[in-house]
Amino acid sequence: MSKLIMNRRGVLKSGAVLGAGVALPTIFTASSAAAYTNEPTGGTVTLGFNVPQTGAYADEGADELRAYMLAVKHLNGEGDGGMMNTFSSKELKGNGILGKKVEYVTGDTQTKSDAARASAQSMIQKDGAVMITGGSSSGVAIAVQGLCQEAGIIFMAGLTHSNDTTGKDKKANGFRHFFNGYMSAAALAPVLADRYGTDRKAYHLTADYTWGWTQQASIAAATEAKGWETVANVLTPLTTTDFSSYVAPVINSGADVLVLNHYGGNMINSLTSAVQFGLKDKMVNGKKFEIVVPLYSRLMAKGAGENVKGIFGSTNWHWSLQDEGSKAFVKSFGEEYGFPPSQAAHTVYCQTLLYADACERAGTFNPCGVAEALEGFKFSGLGNGDVEYRADDHQCFKDVLVVQGKENPTSEFDLLEVVEVTPRAQVEYAPDNEFFAGGSLGQCNDGSA
Amino acid sequence: MKDRLTLLLFAAVVLAAPLLFAPTGAAYPDLLQRFAIYGIFAIGFNILFGLTGYLSFGHAAFLGVGSYAAMWMFKLLTMNIIPALLLSVIVAGLFSLLIGYVSLRRSGIYFSILTLAFAQMSYNLAYSVLTPLTNGETGLQLRLDDPRILDGASEAGTLPSTNLFGFDMKEVFWNPNILGYDLQFNWGYYVCAVLLILSFWISIRIFRSPFGLMLRAIKTNQTRLNYTGVNSRPYTLAAFVISGMFAGLAGGLLATMDPLAGAERMQWTVGGEVVLMVVLGGSGTLIGPVLGAVFIRYFNSVLSQINEQTLHGWFSFGPDWLTNGLVVIVEPFVGKGWELTLGALFMIVVIFLPGGLVDGARRIGRTLTGANRRAAKAEAA
Repeated sequence: MSKLIMNRRGVLKSGAVLGAGVALPTIFTASSAAAYTNEPTGGTVTLGFNVPQTGAYADEGADELRAYMLAVKHLNGEGDGGMMNTFSSKELKGNGILGKKVEYVTGDTQTKSDAARASAQSMIQKDGAVMITGGSSSGVAIAVQGLCQEAGIIFMAGLTHSNDTTGKDKKANGFRHFFNGYMSAAALAPVLADRYGTDRKAYHLTADYTWGWTQQASIAAATEAKGWETVANVLTPLTTTDFSSYVAPVINSGADVLVLNHYGGNMINSLTSAVQFGLKDKMVNGKKFEIVVPLYSRLMAKGAGENVKGIFGSTNWHWSLQDEGSKAFVKSFGEEYGFPPSQAAHTVYCQTLLYADACERAGTFNPCGVAEALEGFKFSGLGNGDVEYRADDHQCFKDVLVVQGKENPTSEFDLLEVVEVTPRAQVEYAPDNEFFAGGSLGQCNDGSA
Repeated sequence: MKDRLTLLLFAAVVLAAPLLFAPTGAAYPDLLQRFAIYGIFAIGFNILFGLTGYLSFGHAAFLGVGSYAAMWMFKLLTMNIIPALLLSVIVAGLFSLLIGYVSLRRSGIYFSILTLAFAQMSYNLAYSVLTPLTNGETGLQLRLDDPRILDGASEAGTLPSTNLFGFDMKEVFWNPNILGYDLQFNWGYYVCAVLLILSFWISIRIFRSPFGLMLRAIKTNQTRLNYTGVNSRPYTLAAFVISGMFAGLAGGLLATMDPLAGAERMQWTVGGEVVLMVVLGGSGTLIGPVLGAVFIRYFNSVLSQINEQTLHGWFSFGPDWLTNGLVVIVEPFVGKGWELTLGALFMIVVIFLPGGLVDGARRIGRTLTGANRRAAKAEAA
């Protein structure tokens, strides 16, 4: 039988506990009455890092977060400065952005558009973030980009490879450093035609959602232009884990190349299945059977293990590159975390520096000023050679790497070999290209309207 | 009389929420809107589950259908929210009539499995097959070139926002600073709040009506009810459709507050979440579902955003080794580990408070008024 004792001491104690409990979840409170959404008024500026921390792309998300934290350190003048030293623009001094110390908030997108938008909203409305960046899935990136456009916030896209992000779903407040499906195809097709000949018959397995479709359409068009024939394109649900029923029909289809338009876990499973069916050692039409994976990442290669040996694909960046920017980034990332960064980490690190630099050059955090500074901006020293942020669609144009699974890897990180650095001119396209047509940037929004 | 008091109290709390939630860090429009919307969703679900005992895992489908219906209204007709909300309720009602008619042929676990199957089917359809209608994985969004035949041409290059006869849903109409808290009073939230109060009132009326009594009878002993000559199916179907319409309203509101409808809104996990909300809050009670919805949404948004930097801020009072130690201990339970904490809390509530949060509140109330002691005395005597 409990008995409630009410005395001064008890009341004080419970009051304190209650107070602490209520105050604990309070994180930051946004300030009000500004010229544009979330104008930073104090001595700090808040950036929002919105990445998948749970779900299928959690590995990529974790690596992105590491790179973001490293970028914030460098911007605030801690650490060795990384790529800030090799960046062609010298506006960043290591004293934050426009003299304000950089702080950040993080959120979990769960690789779901709804959750990603809720998390971005709380960064904007509660934490007063002036820029949102992240995303490891095209659907999520497009959804968050739309939200930022409406709220009057800059969105710096992370890992998103669909043509639509800067194609039919492009937005004036959104910017993408990463490459896209069309560029992958344009870089890969010549190498494939060169190595495998021009009279190949290709069979496509494609993840059944927007990224898969745009990727497949791009690579099919590019290879057909080289003389290849597309035998079939089979769509596989994203949730598939056993691909044997999709791989078995390939054997008797008369095709001699299998193109896997899959990413992450899908690619690991479908490739493993294809290798188990002995496709890699088969001879069809008098030629050796080949497998191609248009979008590669080191994390995927690690998952697929032995099976990636000799298989071609494309990637945005690889840590083994020997330019000054890449070396500086790999060095400071390695010293911080003990292993080399992935392409996801590289692209988000670049995006953070590019945003900070644009603020410095514009002299303001106003999204419209920052967007103007980014549009048509030409730079180098960030690991991809000479790069341009095209004003027409806010897509970065740069060299694309064609990579091949290494036959004799020397370490668990040394899985891919850079076969060719495809020059920018070869992967460039007109803004009204058929794969990108249909959208429009609209007007830049700073939230003041 | 007691009901009217409950309703008034509820309305007061809901309308003052931007002020009341300020100390908890949850008083920003997006989260408050979600509290209200998921409150409506849970209230509707409670009419089916709390009263008849039929456990549906498929209500996410109605939420999604409502969202898609509202989005199409925004794209084709007008950005005014009235037609969108009406259509979302109607479409979800029809859809639930169809699914309910088939699923309610069975009861118990078979009913649950059937609804789960339907929800998963709807999700897959929306995700890939019906892409022209749903825009697949990317989700349905507003576009500059949508017709919107009732609205005049919008300002060039900018997307219009959802409104209620000119009141912009995104607009913060009053932004005072009270007791050091920066408060944001937003039109969108008040639309959700009024609909939540209305839903709550409908729920009270259903609970107290002969229809509600019939639903409770079904939960208590359906076989006996059937033997007395009552055909229970029209009642369960009506309850199913009503709760489906509530879900449709919630879905429509989600699209209204944030014009995007994605397939993942139809995933069975969302349907499972509403079950958690109702069970956590107290199924079969009036206020329980709303409490559960607020509880889960709050933990979902607040816990998942705590990172190392914030933890270091909290624990900076002690020496370095203490701070670092505390951070290491707490870190797995916040940020990416927020589901772990939610799971643990859910287990604690279900094990120690089988009646949910409402049960807990009642126990505390009893302890305070000494009712326990009197009851024990009476027992001893």
